[in-house]
Amino acid sequence: MTTDRRGAREPILQVKGLVKHFPLTRGVLFRKQVGAVRAVDGVDFDLYPGETLGVVGESGCGKSTVARVLMNLEPPTSGRVLYKGEDITRLSGPALKAVRRNIQMVFQDPYTSLNPRMTVGDIVGEPFDIHPEVAPRGDRRRRVRELLDVVGLNPEYVNRYPHQFSGGQRQRIGIARGLALNPEIIICDEPVSALDVSVQAQVVNLMERLQREFGLAYVFIAHDLSIVRHICDRVAVMYLGRIVETGGDAQIYEHPTHPYTQALLSAVPVPDPDARGGRDRILLTGDVPSPAAVPSGCRFRTRCWKAEPRCEERMPELAVPRAFRDSGTPAEHPSACHFAQERVRVLPGEEPVN
Amino acid sequence: MTSARETTTTGSDNETDAALARAASGTVPVGRSPRQLAWIRFRRDRTGVVCAVIVACFILIALAAPLITKAYGKNPYTLYGQDDGLLNSYGLPLKPNGGIDGAHWFGVEPGLGRDVLALLVYGIRTSLGIALCVTVLSVVAGVTVGLFQGYLGGRTDYVVGRFSDLMMSFPQQLFFIAFTPVIVAMFVRPGNAEPTWIRFAALVIVQFVLGWMALGRLVRAQVLSLRTREYVEAARLSGASTARIVRRELLPNIWSTVLVQSTLLLPVNVTAEAGLSYLGVGMQTPTPDWGLMFQDAAQYYQSDITYMFFPGVAMVVFVVAFNLLGDSVRDALDPKTVR
Repeated sequence: MTTDRRGAREPILQVKGLVKHFPLTRGVLFRKQVGAVRAVDGVDFDLYPGETLGVVGESGCGKSTVARVLMNLEPPTSGRVLYKGEDITRLSGPALKAVRRNIQMVFQDPYTSLNPRMTVGDIVGEPFDIHPEVAPRGDRRRRVRELLDVVGLNPEYVNRYPHQFSGGQRQRIGIARGLALNPEIIICDEPVSALDVSVQAQVVNLMERLQREFGLAYVFIAHDLSIVRHICDRVAVMYLGRIVETGGDAQIYEHPTHPYTQALLSAVPVPDPDARGGRDRILLTGDVPSPAAVPSGCRFRTRCWKAEPRCEERMPELAVPRAFRDSGTPAEHPSACHFAQERVRVLPGEEPVN
Repeated sequence: MTSARETTTTGSDNETDAALARAASGTVPVGRSPRQLAWIRFRRDRTGVVCAVIVACFILIALAAPLITKAYGKNPYTLYGQDDGLLNSYGLPLKPNGGIDGAHWFGVEPGLGRDVLALLVYGIRTSLGIALCVTVLSVVAGVTVGLFQGYLGGRTDYVVGRFSDLMMSFPQQLFFIAFTPVIVAMFVRPGNAEPTWIRFAALVIVQFVLGWMALGRLVRAQVLSLRTREYVEAARLSGASTARIVRRELLPNIWSTVLVQSTLLLPVNVTAEAGLSYLGVGMQTPTPDWGLMFQDAAQYYQSDITYMFFPGVAMVVFVVAFNLLGDSVRDALDPKTVR
């Protein structure tokens, strides 16, 4: 399915060599840069119309920073974000405003993403105030009601305030606001991690339905691997500011070749107590290194059980490993490891695949 | 406080139930704005309501001063004590208790012999008028500066922040005493008569110049925490301009802080103005003014304590009521504060 899309269409969003460093400064009067937090350090990916790209990784690996740079909330240190071939990081004024119509965002925390002093109608209708060309003045009220209906809320709620809603309902309001301008891309920064599990499923299903109805492309940032697998066509695994492995969901989940992905997947809880015994957990030692002092060579080598002197000297490129090139197996996907290797029985409880 | 919180929670529960009932019957659910909820909470606070009534009375008296004195039959400029022979040769009222009688309910002023009640009623106008002007100007300036300082950040924040530090480092009382005559002298040539409004304006200016920084800093701190909220970012993502974000997203959310601070600032300004009059740089005789009444009374308090009593009580009641009102407003707007 993914390959069909890729063959058929141009990517709608291309990220090339995206770097975001936050300077560390010292001194009160004369600021001197003493270092940088390398939050995002060379990220490339493409997003095709109508598909969902999942970005996973542990806390602090730069997922949210990628989202903020994509949305132009932060200027990148270097690199380009191309929307239909146009670099949006250099835009400003009316041109930026026009592009923003097409890229919207759903936020993580539904409790801070809605202004407590505005009614739901004002919140969802605010984009229409800013882009009057989208909906004529007399039509806005009806559009807001339609949007509420689309996300499964009672359209009569327009005059209510956010504090009168539950977390899941608030997140729906946030989604309705994101949909208001008919965007083509929605960046979802952990859209369900602040909700309880029963509501997570509702919201994720809603997002899938909206994707089918409106042909949206999602960049879905999350740390919950099961949800990412549920909704995503392709997955990119991030570690310390870089993508370490990327591929279709079956390729990543069933045939991971990067040790970090394997470790991450082995930590997914298994809902079957009997299967736990035969489970092969990879326990990583140590902490994630500080992004202000990134290890040389491969970033993961400080915690990797396969690390060899070569990993310290040369940074592995994100490319299809030589061992799997032209193999035609599902393991043939980009993985940034010198010793990329398929690991059998990564997801316990499933039959070993070979 | 606890009871208020409990009632709010039960209130919202009831509301949810009611909403469910209404949803079931197919009618439109009502939304209560945060402002309406605060108003409901405020009405439950008895101290707050009493203080609000007292403050409203003071304001009403100030507004209706000419009517009151007309009904009472006196004015604050006639020297009744001297004209009607109510003062002895030392300038003290002949009658006991500061000359209280059927004609002069609060007695007569020692020295000049004006009617104390009329002075008091007109004195509110001057004191409250100056304090109100200073408060309004300080709030407008403080909020504007704080909002843009906090939202724009960076160099703007640094420069404006250092400027307000500079203003804060002036010793207030000394500055008032030193600069009020200077400002008056800028408008009035020496030897000419000084119109009352120039003194009024000078007092407003000096107090305003050193009065806006505290609120400015407070607003800045609030905005710093608000500007990274996701709803502000959502507005930026939609392409909202800075002016729109400040007006629609930030201002409504700092409004409660501003309201509380200004109700606490006003009584401070009332006492500051009275202090200046007492020190001799405020309003000048014969303008009726609370501070001036204190100044006069201080000369006579050993022989005529009644004269100090009325402005003293009036001012204490006003300041206490206004401060308690400020506290109640804060409780109503922010039910989570437990004191």
